[in-house]
Amino acid sequence: MSPTITTSSEANGNVSAATACAAAKAAVEAEKTGPQTITLAKALNTALADAMHADPSVLVFGEDVGMLGGVFRITDGLTKTFGTSRCFDTPLAESGIVGMAVGMAMNGMRPVIEMQFDAFAYPAFEQIVSHVAKMHNRTKGAVKLPMVIRVPYAGGIGGVEHHCDSSEAYYAHTAGLKVFTPATVADGYRMLREAIDSDDPVMFMEPKKLYWSKDQVDLDALRGEHAENTERGTSSEGRAAVARPGTDATLIAYGPSVPTALAAAAAAAEEGRSLEVIDVRSIVPFDDETVCASVRKTGRAVVIAEAHGFASVSSEIVARVQERCFHHLAAPIRRVTGFDVPYPAPKLEHYYLPGVDRILDAVDDLQWED
Amino acid sequence: MTISADHTAQPPAAPNSAASEAVRKFGITVEDYMLPARHQIQMVGPDGTLNPHTEQGTQPGHEYTLPGDEELMAAYEQLVVGRRVNDQNSALVRQGRMAVYPSSHGQEACQVAAALCLSDGDWMFPTYRDSVAVMARGVDPVQTMTLFRGDWHGGYDPAKHKVGIQCTPLTTQLLHGVGVAHAAKLRGEDTVVLAMCGDGATSEGDFHEALNFAAVFHLPVVFFVQNNQYAISVPLAHQSVAPSLAHKAVGYGMAGERVDGNDIVALLAVLDRAVKLARDGSGPLLVEAHTYRMQAHTNADDATRYRQDSEVAQWVAKDPLSRMKTYLTDRGLLDDDRSARIADKAEAVAAQLREGLSEDVPVDPQDLFKYVFSTPTPQLKEQSAMLADELSREEAAK
Repeated sequence: MSPTITTSSEANGNVSAATACAAAKAAVEAEKTGPQTITLAKALNTALADAMHADPSVLVFGEDVGMLGGVFRITDGLTKTFGTSRCFDTPLAESGIVGMAVGMAMNGMRPVIEMQFDAFAYPAFEQIVSHVAKMHNRTKGAVKLPMVIRVPYAGGIGGVEHHCDSSEAYYAHTAGLKVFTPATVADGYRMLREAIDSDDPVMFMEPKKLYWSKDQVDLDALRGEHAENTERGTSSEGRAAVARPGTDATLIAYGPSVPTALAAAAAAAEEGRSLEVIDVRSIVPFDDETVCASVRKTGRAVVIAEAHGFASVSSEIVARVQERCFHHLAAPIRRVTGFDVPYPAPKLEHYYLPGVDRILDAVDDLQWED
Repeated sequence: MTISADHTAQPPAAPNSAASEAVRKFGITVEDYMLPARHQIQMVGPDGTLNPHTEQGTQPGHEYTLPGDEELMAAYEQLVVGRRVNDQNSALVRQGRMAVYPSSHGQEACQVAAALCLSDGDWMFPTYRDSVAVMARGVDPVQTMTLFRGDWHGGYDPAKHKVGIQCTPLTTQLLHGVGVAHAAKLRGEDTVVLAMCGDGATSEGDFHEALNFAAVFHLPVVFFVQNNQYAISVPLAHQSVAPSLAHKAVGYGMAGERVDGNDIVALLAVLDRAVKLARDGSGPLLVEAHTYRMQAHTNADDATRYRQDSEVAQWVAKDPLSRMKTYLTDRGLLDDDRSARIADKAEAVAAQLREGLSEDVPVDPQDLFKYVFSTPTPQLKEQSAMLADELSREEAAK
């Protein structure tokens, strides 16, 4: 289970070179207050550090998360700051990591654990499905499992096989798990804090191709927002966001597909078509209200996801929207998803991934002539 | 909450550990210390006499002291209650009052010792066959049967009793025990966890991961394997060709011990010591108890398809109750009067089970939605309203 991604990324000249550089830069930037440009990786790292500062029961563990700071550096500096009792490496065994976290959550801790890569989480599947998801229900609410399982997921990074799976449907299908996936830098901070605060287990799906995407955010303002939400008992949990307003059709996307949808909307605008982009944010619970309000307004929709289309989150979204918005639809809802093939080798992945052109083709098919 | 100082993986023979003490005292190696005794630890033989040729005291690192009279009498009482509970529950299944009951008939010594070796603050992580151990730990007998009766998946609060919910997926609960111990250790508490599984379960991956995690993090966990010789129909020889299951311990850097699982005197001696060592910071231990599943896997199983009656008969002679009765009577600790009082107590628990399980507890269909999350999602609220509507229409049509 070594992070072979490093090698392949070097060949592609992106992730690993960017890793050291971005981590060093981000560390300097984090000292600043006020609006600043940081990466999603840094936002997640800051959320972890802030949560650990706020609550001594928050623990971070997994493979290589200690001195190395994680293969994606999301846990960078946590061992140094909080010690090996609060952020530590475990033996290489995913079921062990999840199962131990279950016991720790049963006994007063709030573990935030890392599955190094999407496909490496599969050995933990039994623990996740049979225990993490069900403990609260089996015990009629007597045992809560406030734990977060962080999963770097999806492709677009030139990774070799078993490093690029979109595994969200497995978890979304399992009753008892919340499934979050941030697409913006600010949401990286916001949603990870909310996931750690949740008394229910959260599968936190991190789009790894967006780790090094940057945005200007004000961390202090995000901290203030979190404190205010905590005090008021409010949050953005379970809410979708309108990532770009529009009037002609709705693009529904989540995680790694949100920037692609936004790029498609920008291209469509040049052709005079106004597309609204919805960032789902929380797959479970799903925000029917926001998604359906948009589709009722525009009357047309395309769902975009990297995962295979068959029996997927995208098929669930289509079914839900169709059930709720049928009389508002001017055309059948289209989907742009990964093909129903195992995730391809790096040289082939661009054929597989939903891209701007494929999205625009789908938009063109939404029966505009009527 | 205070999290104790940094902790990292410790070598198996930390300076003050039982291992290094044995090394100093007997001039043996750490590996020798970790290996189980040459034969299973037995104190009272099948005929009820104290065994003069046991390993204890003769092999370095395997000295065990005879438990006190009070502990032995408490154990005997629980043995009698446990046997009655097993047989009562099997009868209730035959009468159709319970869906299924995996009986621990014949394994009561293991069940009782597992509960008695723990202190109030300790945790137990049982399997589906460990109902008697759960009850011996103090959980209400009728609540314990919730799972098998089909009212809900679990009937007691694990945190209140410090007993994990009885686990059906094999050895997954061992890791939960490891996590509970890890959390306690980080807070500087002296909690010990007894994590239970059977012989077949040692083939599972989580068995390996749990033992390895407990060893690497040096956690106070006693892994207690009840080797009852069968995993449903498959005998141990098909699961493992290790010299014994206790020998697996040394591969993880922990001590293993094997014990006669039908001798409660030896079980208490071995488990009491294991719990004490774990509490004192010696790290995890593995105890394998040799016992026998006298009945079929459950009422749905037919044991005659895979084992001979003659094999079962051999184990009748090794029964844990009869040898203890003989031993305690010979010691003058047990007389007819005391026996009668113990039998009355067992009968009272059986009556409690009969009464509790013949009562038809109404189920609330809305419970389906209540406990999936701490707060139901909008989708679950929708589905709950749909079911409520369906039921109210059914009611109106009556």
